[in-house]
Amino acid sequence: MKTENAIVIIGGGPAGLAAAVQAYDSGARDILILEREPRLGGILNQCIHNGFGLTRFKESLTGPEYARRFERAVRERNIRAMTDTTVLSLTRDRQVTAVNAAEGAFTVRAGAVILAMGCRERSRGALNVPGTRPAGIYSAGTAQKYVNLKGYLPGKEVVILGSGDIGLIMARRMTLEGAKVRAVCEIMPYSSGLKRNIVQCLDDFGIPLYLNHTITKIEGEKRVTGVVVSEVDGNKRPIPGTEMHFDCDTVLFSVGLIPENELTKSAGIPLCAGTRGAAVYQNRETEAPGIFACGNVLQVHDLVDFVSEEAEIAGRAAAEFVSGGAGERDAADCVNGKNVSYVLPQKIDKNLRGDVKLFFRVTGTFRNCTVLAESGGKILAGRKRRIAVPGEMETLLLPAEKLKEIEGELVVRLEEESWK
Amino acid sequence: MEIKHLTCIECPMGCALEAGVEDGRAVYVKGNSCPRGKMYAENEVVCPMRVITSSVRAADGRMISVKTSAPVKKSEMLEVMKKINAVHPEGRVRLGDVLAAGIADGADLVATDDSPL
Ligand SMILES: Cc1cc2nc3c(=O)[nH]c(=O)nc-3n(C[C@H](O)[C@H](O)[C@H](O)COP(=O)(O)OP(=O)(O)OC[C@H]3O[C@@H](n4cnc5c(N)ncnc54)[C@H](O)[C@@H]3O)c2cc1C
Ligand code: SF4
Repeated sequence: MKTENAIVIIGGGPAGLAAAVQAYDSGARDILILEREPRLGGILNQCIHNGFGLTRFKESLTGPEYARRFERAVRERNIRAMTDTTVLSLTRDRQVTAVNAAEGAFTVRAGAVILAMGCRERSRGALNVPGTRPAGIYSAGTAQKYVNLKGYLPGKEVVILGSGDIGLIMARRMTLEGAKVRAVCEIMPYSSGLKRNIVQCLDDFGIPLYLNHTITKIEGEKRVTGVVVSEVDGNKRPIPGTEMHFDCDTVLFSVGLIPENELTKSAGIPLCAGTRGAAVYQNRETEAPGIFACGNVLQVHDLVDFVSEEAEIAGRAAAEFVSGGAGERDAADCVNGKNVSYVLPQKIDKNLRGDVKLFFRVTGTFRNCTVLAESGGKILAGRKRRIAVPGEMETLLLPAEKLKEIEGELVVRLEEESWK
Repeated sequence: MEIKHLTCIECPMGCALEAGVEDGRAVYVKGNSCPRGKMYAENEVVCPMRVITSSVRAADGRMISVKTSAPVKKSEMLEVMKKINAVHPEGRVRLGDVLAAGIADGADLVATDDSPL
């Protein structure tokens, strides 16, 4: 086993694969992907529905089809990938310790590291739903794995809490397999899922979506027998007298994803409160030199197309880092202003070349609004939006020539009236 | 004339569309940001079509993900699902293989993944 690698990529999902391909195409040859699962492709392997790749390939691919394209690109370049291999620790000076059955535990010194560990689902435990703890309660992602990869339907009558995309997708999937989905409840006044999924997964099958509602009680001894759903007030407190009862044998939770950043933390890399991922420069380099991050470990993406795009930025930057090291930085903070909940990158290095695509999320639903990036009283980029919603990531292009005009920090905000 | 409100699902923009329907045909479409939205509304008011994605159990017991090669009538989705669940491919499957020709009008059932090695 070789103990030095130019670029080590942790995670072989779409982010890790695209980063590997781009690092190779930018000149790096010594690249190693470490993946915990037996197969490359990450969570896409279980996302068998279509709608992936619309932006990138201008066709509607299923998750496995999208994953196989990138896996093939990795294989064509003979990039080394070790599956069934879990990374246990990472240090700030880029020592990666991993374990697998063939090698036991081993440590690789990396010239550059790309973090691509993806995210995991928030669990019910984090939610405090009162009631019993019977069988029949799953996260939507676990149910997705059962149905799609194991061919086993976890229940016949279902209530879903949370209208995230995975929950919506599972509402349709279980309906097609013969289950009855009674309701989807969302505590917020809007769905965090894509419009397309609300139409095709709920409306198509007449499944009701209750906004401003949550599950206030789960009933059943051994197995779930029903739930109580209540409307909530502006402070998300259940309103007495609004209770509805649904019989069901299964409850699915689709209440959000959390970037999987244990390794990042163990390397002492600071995380950003808004994204729960590492704070990065526009080339996706973290505060630790030579450690880059991309994909869902950095910010929870709704579209895998953006994951691939972000991974390519990180892959290219990692290749540049190992071939030439880092240049002098001239950094500015990039922060969220009015009506914006976070911005990525969190830091802009004015010495780096190229345009900067700012990714951010807005705090509510806004129509006929303008998103803009401002610094020192000057507007450096702006764009009108007919609609902006929290469930869909917003982007804004900051042209390369504007970087030098940043004075102090760069603020990204949303103005409600049309600007200019 | 009947006025129908739809959400375009051809891309993540999800434009809110309005279609004027007469004799089961769209006479105008508003709210679309591109021609695909117009086409979507025109089809959607006549005969909505959907690609079905699912997974089938191979003869060796493992699951293989599949899709219909073309959209099928929304009203026939559950019928087509029954046919899909009766398909049990044998031997090694490769992404793109036709597992059942003509599973619905003008659509085959194709594998969307390679069978695991
Ligand atoms: C259950 C679920 C369903 C989803 N469904 C959709 C969907 O329908 N549509 C959509 O657009 N997006 C969906 N997403 C979001 C989806 O995750 C992203 O679009 C995309 O897959 C993110 O790519 P990634 O490579 O960043 O992460 P992932 O695909 O999660 O890949 C991360 C990889 O890193 C590996 N890994 C993690 N930690 C380690 C470690 N310590 N050592 C080695 N390997 C490690 C994991 O095994 C995994 O293979 C879903 C997410 C989840 C969790
Ligand atoms: S009308 Fe065009 S831009 Fe709008 S959702 Fe449909 S395809 Fe997308």
